Amino acid sequence: MLKIVVPIKQVPDIGRVKFDTEKGRVDRTSAPAEINPFDLNALEAAVQIKDKLGGTITTISMGPPQAESALKDALSRGADEAVLLVDREFAGADTLATSYTLASAIRKLGGFDLIICGEKTVDGDTGQVGPEIAEHLGIPHVAYVSKVEEVGEKITVVCDMEGDRYLIESGFPMLITVSKDINTPRLPTFSDKLKARKAKVEIWTAADLSSIADQARFGSQGSATAVRKVVVPSEEARKGKIFRGIVDEEVGGIIDALEEGRILEGIK
Amino acid sequence: MKEYKGLMVFAEQREGRIHPISYELLGKGKEIADRLGVELSSVLLGHQMEEEAKELIYYGADKVFLYDHPAFKDFDLLNYKHNIARLVREVKPEIFLFGATRLGRSLGPRVAVALDTGLTADCTGLDLDEDGNLIQIRPAFTGNILAHIKTATRPQMSTIRYKVMQKKVRDANRRGEIIKKDAELVPSLLTIKKKEKLGGVNIAEADVIVSGGRGLKKAEDFGILAALAELLGGVVGSSRPLVDDGWIGKEHQVGFSGNTVKPKLYVACGISGSPQHLAGMRDSDVIIAINSDPSAPIFKLADYGIVGDLYEVVPRLTNEIKGRRAG
Ligand SMILES: Cc1cc2nc3c(=O)[nH]c(=O)nc-3n(C[C@H](O)[C@H](O)[C@H](O)COP(=O)(O)OP(=O)(O)OC[C@H]3O[C@@H](n4cnc5c(N)ncnc54)[C@H](O)[C@@H]3O)c2cc1C
Ligand SMILES: Nc1ncnc2c1ncn2[C@@H]1O[C@H](COP(=O)(O)O)[C@@H](O)[C@H]1O
Repeated sequence: MLKIVVPIKQVPDIGRVKFDTEKGRVDRTSAPAEINPFDLNALEAAVQIKDKLGGTITTISMGPPQAESALKDALSRGADEAVLLVDREFAGADTLATSYTLASAIRKLGGFDLIICGEKTVDGDTGQVGPEIAEHLGIPHVAYVSKVEEVGEKITVVCDMEGDRYLIESGFPMLITVSKDINTPRLPTFSDKLKARKAKVEIWTAADLSSIADQARFGSQGSATAVRKVVVPSEEARKGKIFRGIVDEEVGGIIDALEEGRILEGIK
Repeated sequence: MKEYKGLMVFAEQREGRIHPISYELLGKGKEIADRLGVELSSVLLGHQMEEEAKELIYYGADKVFLYDHPAFKDFDLLNYKHNIARLVREVKPEIFLFGATRLGRSLGPRVAVALDTGLTADCTGLDLDEDGNLIQIRPAFTGNILAHIKTATRPQMSTIRYKVMQKKVRDANRRGEIIKKDAELVPSLLTIKKKEKLGGVNIAEADVIVSGGRGLKKAEDFGILAALAELLGGVVGSSRPLVDDGWIGKEHQVGFSGNTVKPKLYVACGISGSPQHLAGMRDSDVIIAINSDPSAPIFKLADYGIVGDLYEVVPRLTNEIKGRRAG
């Protein structure tokens, strides 16, 4: 019976979120929040292992109080327990502080065998938090897992690295980060959703971690990197020459332009 | 912090060959090292790679720290991490760069945490502030914004996106020092049971990519794009929905959850230009968009656009280029 931990993050719906070009800010209120899409793959991978071998799935998130809804969503998708790490002390964390905080909380959970993270988040977009949690905990990890081949005494996974495919075996405890290719997350049923609404999300604050963690390493205080400026890239730099009308003229026009710019020349 | 000095680059190798990203890191690294007036070094872990190590010098390294051990032939996460972290503690570079390949993005975070320092992911730009601190520029929010990031701890570490930095011209007369280091081995805990080369395209390396999106009506129609791609010595790419539907292999997928590409020419056919697609190709040298909807967002990013039906436009393009080449 495996004890599986799935760290998930609540993120804004990237397709709808608005960016303030002038101030270079992200308006998080402009779009609904959801579970980071890759974390749904992580959760589904956990559920598939549990379906086969039994075990428990604990999902954990560090975020604002509203992130409770993401954890309830995770409960409706097959997690057994949910923990929300919420405290002002945690705010402004970079990946170093985030991974330290999550690793501390995972320690507090007691024993675990397998941690499954998403490949990356759509907002932070670093893919660092998973491997960094593993380093804090002193356990091995495999990133970019596209398939869980076998789980028993050990775990064997497939990992794709730009044209090379590795089949890697590891003992427990260990951590994997999964790409979207690993599965198609199933949708929760209506009754799952109802049940989850009543389920309890545990709330832990910085004080709850004080016996096992160094509070100076949480949040912005514990962060090594800081964002100094944000710019919204302008697409104006492109030539933006649009041809429309009669296909023959368009095609001729565009190739003339390519030839003029000597673009096809270097190609072949 | 003052005791940290110099710039160090991780030289990635696969099967005993140095990955080209390493030369790009040396190119940018050299520029920054010169501005700071410090030394540029590189660390290479492999087996029987002394000849290859010289290449790092030809591309700009002043020193190469070489770890030679059969265990380093393949990527051994924990041993790579252990030895790099040891070296950094000894040499104390102020800046350390990894390539943002999957290997680099798996290894970098482990090294950073082992050294209790920050790591900035997938940078597309590097600069220095007036005090000589590193400014790391990277896309975030699925490429919707560019963040400028500074690191308070040392070394300042980042992973750098492939194909955005310029390598220097190889100079076989360049002199430098190769310093052989003794490896210290730890239990690797991960066993590679099998290794295979994935067949098919390596889209990240292609100079020309002709991509199809949901404007295609059936899987076979990728053939229309393949004809143009072939003519230009390129490969076929795809937006995600067609990969999800099994029309084409995932190695062809361009975008946030697929490949990041930077070809000389990117032709987007029947692709609307979602933020997730743009995140994977917005830095292409030249972008051509073919779409029947004049308001498609892809046109905002295109150098050249044709408003029209891809089924008419693409074959004509192919024929026209053929014709002009013949004539
Ligand atoms: C977490 C996450 C990750 C994602 N990752 C990726 C990714 O890596 N890559 C990716 O591509 N997407 C990704 N997506 C999906 C993305 O949001 C879009 O859904 C997708 O890019 C749209 O693909 P499309 O442009 O092919 O299709 P559509 O948006 O449906 O666009 C089709 C276009 O074709 C045009 N068209 C139709 N018929 C013709 C014709 N005959 N001739 C010319 N034009 C025609 C239409 O005008 C339209 O603009 C991701 C989504 C999420 C949530
Ligand atoms: N605040 C968070 N709470 C819980 N898990 C997180 C958090 N941030 C990141 N993760 C996990 O780490 C993965 C990589 O995130 P990132 O490094 O931000 O791209 C995500 O897919 C999650 O599994």
